[in-house]
Amino acid sequence: MKYVDEYRRPDLVEDLVRQIRRRASGLDRKVRFMEVCGGHTMAIGRFGIASLLPERIELLSGPGCPVCVTPTTYVDKAIELTSDPSVLLTTFGDLYRVPGSAGTPEEACERGADVRVVYSPRDALGIADSNRQRLVVFLAIGFETTAPTVAATVLEASRRGIANFRVMSGHKTMPEALRALVQAPGIALDGFILPGHVSTVIGPEPYSFLAREFGMACCISGFEPTDILQSILALLEQTLTGEPIVQNEYRRAVRPGGNAVAREEMMKVFEPAAAQWRGLGLIPRSGLDVRAEWGGFRVEPPDPAVPSQEHASCQCSEVLRGRARPTACPLFGKRCTPQSAVGPCMVSSEGACAAYYRYGSVRFEG
Amino acid sequence: MSDEVIKLGHGSGGLLTRRLIEERVLRFFDSPALAPLKDSAIVELDAGRFAFTTDSYVVDPVFFPGGDIGKLSVCGTVNDLAVVGAEPIFISCALIIEEGFPSKDLERVLRSMRDAAMEAGVEIVTGDTKVVPRGKADKIFVNTAGLGRVAKWAESLRGAAQPGDSVLVSGGVGEHAAAVLAGREGLNLQGSLESDCAPLTDVARAVLQNANRVSFMRDVTRGGLATVLNEAVAGESYGIVLSEADVPVREEVRSICELLGLDPLYMACEGRLATIVDAASARRVQEAVARTAAGAQCRIVGSVTEGYTGSLVAQTAFGTRRLLQMLSGEQLPRIC
Repeated sequence: MKYVDEYRRPDLVEDLVRQIRRRASGLDRKVRFMEVCGGHTMAIGRFGIASLLPERIELLSGPGCPVCVTPTTYVDKAIELTSDPSVLLTTFGDLYRVPGSAGTPEEACERGADVRVVYSPRDALGIADSNRQRLVVFLAIGFETTAPTVAATVLEASRRGIANFRVMSGHKTMPEALRALVQAPGIALDGFILPGHVSTVIGPEPYSFLAREFGMACCISGFEPTDILQSILALLEQTLTGEPIVQNEYRRAVRPGGNAVAREEMMKVFEPAAAQWRGLGLIPRSGLDVRAEWGGFRVEPPDPAVPSQEHASCQCSEVLRGRARPTACPLFGKRCTPQSAVGPCMVSSEGACAAYYRYGSVRFEG
Repeated sequence: MSDEVIKLGHGSGGLLTRRLIEERVLRFFDSPALAPLKDSAIVELDAGRFAFTTDSYVVDPVFFPGGDIGKLSVCGTVNDLAVVGAEPIFISCALIIEEGFPSKDLERVLRSMRDAAMEAGVEIVTGDTKVVPRGKADKIFVNTAGLGRVAKWAESLRGAAQPGDSVLVSGGVGEHAAAVLAGREGLNLQGSLESDCAPLTDVARAVLQNANRVSFMRDVTRGGLATVLNEAVAGESYGIVLSEADVPVREEVRSICELLGLDPLYMACEGRLATIVDAASARRVQEAVARTAAGAQCRIVGSVTEGYTGSLVAQTAFGTRRLLQMLSGEQLPRIC
C-alpha cells in the first residue's frame, strides 16, 4: 500500500535499530522518552517497537489520548443532560464506554437515554437536521486535531439554521498540558515523541519552549515503524549532544506554521479556557470553550475547577503522567479490562492500559 | 401482487400471508418438500451421522458489495456444517420482516438465498414469515437451520494439535467486514472491495481429504482470524505463532483498516476457514484448497509451538512478536 509500505520496510527498520543501538552504547545512564500521542502508543505496541530498543532506552506513554484525559465530571454532565427526554446525545465511540462516577453513556443508553455513536461531528449535525424537535448535543472531545472539524460543524449549523444543534466542549490543547507535565515534580524525562496529527494543525513552533526552557529533546513523529524509530534516533542524538531542539520527522504531513485555515476556523468558534485534565488536574488555557458569539450552540461544560473522581485504586492519573506503567496498577487485567473498564486508559482504543492489555506488554518478549 | 412494501397484514397468518408465500417466496424456492406448505417438511434420509446447526442474521446494511443478508444466511449455516465435515442437505428459512420493507428488496434477498443454496447444493425445505411493526426490527432478520450428513472424510478431524503442526487460512481475511463497513459508511474506495461470503463445502472437503490429521477447522466469522485462532489455543498446552506477513490481506482491506484504525486480523470473514493440519500434509492441503473457487488464496500462515502456551502470537515483518488477544467488545456493530 502506497504511503504505508515504504514506512514499514523491514530493511529500513533493521538499519534504524542498528543505528539506535550503536548510539545508545554511548549512554552512561537510562534515558526516558515519552510518546505523547495515543496513536504512537498503539503503533509501538502493534509493531513491537519497544522490544527492538536497547535496555537503556525506556518509552513511556503520555497524556495524548483525548478520552483518557477527559474527567469524570464531563461524562457525568453528559449523562445528566439525558434526564431531559428531549436531549439526544451524540458521541464518538470511544467515549461511549467511559465510566463517569455513575456509569457510562452506554449504560445510560441501556436505561433508556438516547445516545448515538457517530463517526464525525457532521453526522451529529445530520441527526440534528432530521430531528428538529430534539436537542442534539455533540460531546466534543479531542485535541487540536478534532476541534477544527467541530468548529466547522458549528459554523455549518449556523449557516443552515439548524438551531437545535449543541456542542459541549471538552476540547483540550496540547502545549500547555506538556508545560504542566514537565513542571510537575517527580517526573524525570529526557524527551518527547511529539504528536503527529496535532502538529499538522499547530505546526512545530508551539513546542519550542520544551527544548528552550526545559531542555527536553523533541521530535514530531509519524505513526509508522520507521517514523517512530527515526524519531527515537533523533531524540537520542539530541540527548547525547546536549542540544535539544524541536525536530520534525513527520514532514510529509506537518508543515512549518501548521494548518492556518484549520486554526482560523477553530479560533473563530472557540476560545482558550481553563480545563480539567484527568491525571494532570486544572491547567489554565489548556482547553477550548465555545465563544459567546456562538453561545446559541453551546452547552455549558462542567466546572473545570472540579477534579475528576477516580476509583480509589485506579492508577490512570499516574499512567497518564508517565509515573507508572499500566501493569503496576492493582486493577490491571483483573477488575479492569477492556470489557469492563474502571479507568479511561483501558477503554479508549488509544489508551496506554488498553495497549498493554491488548499487546501483552508493549515489551512483550516470550 | 401489487403491494410495494411488506405490511403488517402479511404476517397475520391469513390471506395476505398465504399470498406473500405463494407469490413471492415459492417462486424462488423450488422444493418438493416445501411446496405442499405443510407445518413440517417430510424428508427421506439414509442411515448415518448427521450434523444440525442454526444461526440468525441481522446484518446492517442488508445489501453490501459482494452479497446480502440472503446469501449470508445460507452460506453461514452451510459453513457451520462444512467445518465439522458434513455435506449440507437441507436448510430452513425463517424471515422476520419490519413493516414497510420494500417487496422488491425481499425478492432480492430471496433470489440470493436461492442462488447460494444452489451453489452450496442444499435444498430449502421449510420456512416461516413474520412481520413486526415498524421500529421493532431493523428491515429484515433471517434465521436458517441446516442439516448435513457427516462425510467419511470427516475421520481426518481427530486428535489434539502437536507442536510443529501448520496453521492455514483459506483466503484473504477481513473482506466481508470491510465491504459491509464501506457499504454502511458510504466510503467510496477505489477498487473492487467485495465480501468474501461463500459456501465453504469444497474448501472443507479439500482440507479433510488431503490432510493426514486435522486437529482444528473453523470458519472465520465475527472477531476474525485472531479470534478463531485464540479459540484454538485457549486452555491448551500449546500456542500458535502467526506470521503476519504471510496472512493474505487484500490491498483494499488494508486501506480501509489503515483509514479507520482497524486490525485486519480481527475483521470478520464469511467465506474463510482456518485449520490446523499435520506439517507433513500442509503443502498438499494448501494446494488442494487453492484449486477450489473460494480458496484460491489459501496460505500456510503459522505453526503450533510448544511455547506461548495457550496464546496466539503474531510475528511481525521485523521479527518482533506481539500477543493477539481475543477481540474485546465489538470492533463494529452487527456485521453478520
